[in-house]
Amino acid sequence: MAEGRFGEFGGQYVPETLMNAVNELNEAYNHYKNDPEFIKELDDLYKNYAGRPSGLYYAENMTKDLGGAKIYLKREDLNHTGAHKINNCLGQCLLAKKMGKKRVIAETGAGQHGVATATVAALMGLECEVYMGKLDTERQALNCYRMELLGAKVHPVTSGTQTLKDAVNEALREWTRRVSDTHYVIGSVMGPHPFPTMVRDFQAIISRETKQQMLELEGRLPDAVLACVGGGSNAIGSFYDFIPDKSVRLIGCEAAGRGVDTKETAATIATGTMGIFHGMKSLFCQDEYGQIAPVYSISAGLDYPGIGPEHAELFKEGRAEYVSITDDEAVDAFEYLSRTEGIIPAIESSHAVAYALKLAPTLDKDKIIVITISGRGDKDVAAMARYRGRELFDN
Amino acid sequence: MSRIRDAFKNGKAFIPFVTGGDPDLETTEKLVIAMAKAGADVIEIGLAFSDPVAEGLVIQAASKRALDAGTTTDKLFDSIKNIRKEVDTPLIIMTYINPVYAYGFEKFFTKCKEVGVDGIIVPDIPYEEKHEVSDVCEKYGVDFISMVAPTSNDRIKTICSEATGFIYCVSSLGVTGVRSEFTANLSGMVETIRSVTDVPVAIGFGISSPEQAKEMATISDGAIIGSAIVKIVEKYGRDAVEPVAEFVKSVKEAVRS
Repeated sequence: MAEGRFGEFGGQYVPETLMNAVNELNEAYNHYKNDPEFIKELDDLYKNYAGRPSGLYYAENMTKDLGGAKIYLKREDLNHTGAHKINNCLGQCLLAKKMGKKRVIAETGAGQHGVATATVAALMGLECEVYMGKLDTERQALNCYRMELLGAKVHPVTSGTQTLKDAVNEALREWTRRVSDTHYVIGSVMGPHPFPTMVRDFQAIISRETKQQMLELEGRLPDAVLACVGGGSNAIGSFYDFIPDKSVRLIGCEAAGRGVDTKETAATIATGTMGIFHGMKSLFCQDEYGQIAPVYSISAGLDYPGIGPEHAELFKEGRAEYVSITDDEAVDAFEYLSRTEGIIPAIESSHAVAYALKLAPTLDKDKIIVITISGRGDKDVAAMARYRGRELFDN
Repeated sequence: MSRIRDAFKNGKAFIPFVTGGDPDLETTEKLVIAMAKAGADVIEIGLAFSDPVAEGLVIQAASKRALDAGTTTDKLFDSIKNIRKEVDTPLIIMTYINPVYAYGFEKFFTKCKEVGVDGIIVPDIPYEEKHEVSDVCEKYGVDFISMVAPTSNDRIKTICSEATGFIYCVSSLGVTGVRSEFTANLSGMVETIRSVTDVPVAIGFGISSPEQAKEMATISDGAIIGSAIVKIVEKYGRDAVEPVAEFVKSVKEAVRS
C-alpha cells in the first residue's frame, strides 16, 4: 500500500504514467519543506507578496446582534488575490520552480484557485493553463478574464457536469499528456499523496496564525473554529494547529445545495459513501454502482463530490464535526455579514458564516468562536443579485 | 496457467476493446461474439465509469452513452454470461477502481469467476495500490493486468515481477485515443520488460490501423485497439457489428502476417 494515509483514507490511486511524477514530487517536497532557504523564501512571499499574516478581527456588531459567543473572523479574504488559495499556490509554485518545472496547470471551481495559480505563475515566470468547467466559466466570468489578464490560458471543460470535478478530470488528463515539464497545482487537500499532506501544510499557516493571534488577543484558545468545506483546504488549514487541542471544536460547513435530502447537494459527509476517485480513498457522493453523482451547490468552489482524506478521517474519529448549509442559508449569511460588518464574504465562506448564525446564539457570552472567511465575495456579487432576481449586466 | 496468457501462444495476439452498453448491451453482446469469430485473441469489455480520467474523448463519449442507456455493473455481468454461452475467447473487464470498490471486491470477483471473466484492467490502480485488489483477483482466478507506461523507467522491474495474464504496455503519454506518433523507444521498453519476465507484452493506446497494429505486434507480443473500434460503434450504432467484425478481421490478419 502506498504511503500518505490518514487512517484508511488517502493513497495514490493514479495511472502508472503519473506515478514517477507524484513520487518525485513527494521526494522534492520532503526535501524542501525542511530546507531553510525554501522556508525563508516562502515566508518572505507570504509576508511581502500575499500580505500575511491575515487579520483576526473581532466581529463586534455580529457578536452583539447574535447575543451569544464572541465571534472572530480570520480574514483570509484580505490576502492578495482575495482568498486562502494563494497560500498553497505560493508553496507549490515555488516547489515546482525548484524542481525545474517550466509550466503549471490547475483546476478551478469558483476561479479563486485558478486566479491564485495564474498570479503566482506570472510572478515566477511559469507558463500557466487552467481547466475550468464550462458552467463555472459562465458563473464566474470575471475570474476567467482575470486569469487571462494574468497571462494564463483558460480551458473551458465541456465534459460531464461541466463543474469542478470535470475540471480535475481534465487537468489530470493533461498532466498525463505532458508530465515531464509540468507541475499540476492541485487546489485542495485532495488527489494522490503527497497533495493532501502538502496542501495542508501550506494552508496550516491559517491555524498557526489564528492560534497565536487568539492567545495575544484573548490569552486563551477559541472554543470552536468554523470553516467551509468543499475539498477542504481552508478548513484543514484552519483546523490543523488546533487538532491536538481537544477543547477546541472543529466544525466543517458543507454545501447542502437545495438540501441534503435532495439530489441537488454537494454535502459529501452527510450523503457520501466510501470510494476511490481522483487519486484518493475518501468519501464521495455516488450511486450504488460507484458512478460519481452530479453534485450541486450555488457555490462553484464547494460544488465537488468528494472531500479530502484527512477530513474523512477527522470525521470518522470524531475529532471534527461536519454540518450542512443550504444555498438559501448561505445567501442569507452572505447578505448578513455584508450588512452587519461591512465585509462581503465569498459565497463559499458564507456557508461557515451561516452556521455561526445558528451556533453563536446557543453559546454563552464567555465562549469564543472563530470563522474563517476563506475568500472575499466580489466575484459572487452578480450571482447573488441574480439569486435575488436582479440582473446586473445586459447579456 | 492463465487463459489470457495461453491466448498468446498462437503467434501475435490482437486484443480489441469495446465499451459495454454502447449503444446498448444487446449490441455489445453481438459485437463481442462477432469480434471473437473474426479472430480476436482476447477481448476487453469496458465497464463504463462516470469520470474516466485515463480516456480520451472517444471512450469518454462511449462511456456516457453506455451509462445514459442504463448500463450497470449487474447488467454487464448478465451480458457477459450470455456472451460466454457462445464464446470461449478470454474476456477482460476494463474499468476504474470506484465501480469495483462500490460493488465490493469479493462480490465483484466472485461474479467475474461465475460469468467467466478472465482478467481485469484498472488504469487508476498503480503497483503501490494493487494488492487490495489483486489479492482478491488471485483468489478467484482473475488475472490483474499490470500497466507499464513510458514514464515507468526504474519501476518496470517491480511492476513486472508480479504481472499476470499479459503486460499492458502504454504506447505513449496521455490518454486513450487515436494518434500518429508513439513514444520513441517502445522496443526498448519491451526489451526491459522481457528482461524481467516472460509474461507476454501487448501494446495499447493510440493504435488505430492494421498497419500500426502490425508494427506494434512486431516489437511485442500483441496489439490492443480501443478508440478506433469505439469510433465505428459511434458511427454505426446498432448496425456496427458487421463493420467492427471486418475491422477486427483486417487487424488480425495484419498482426498475424
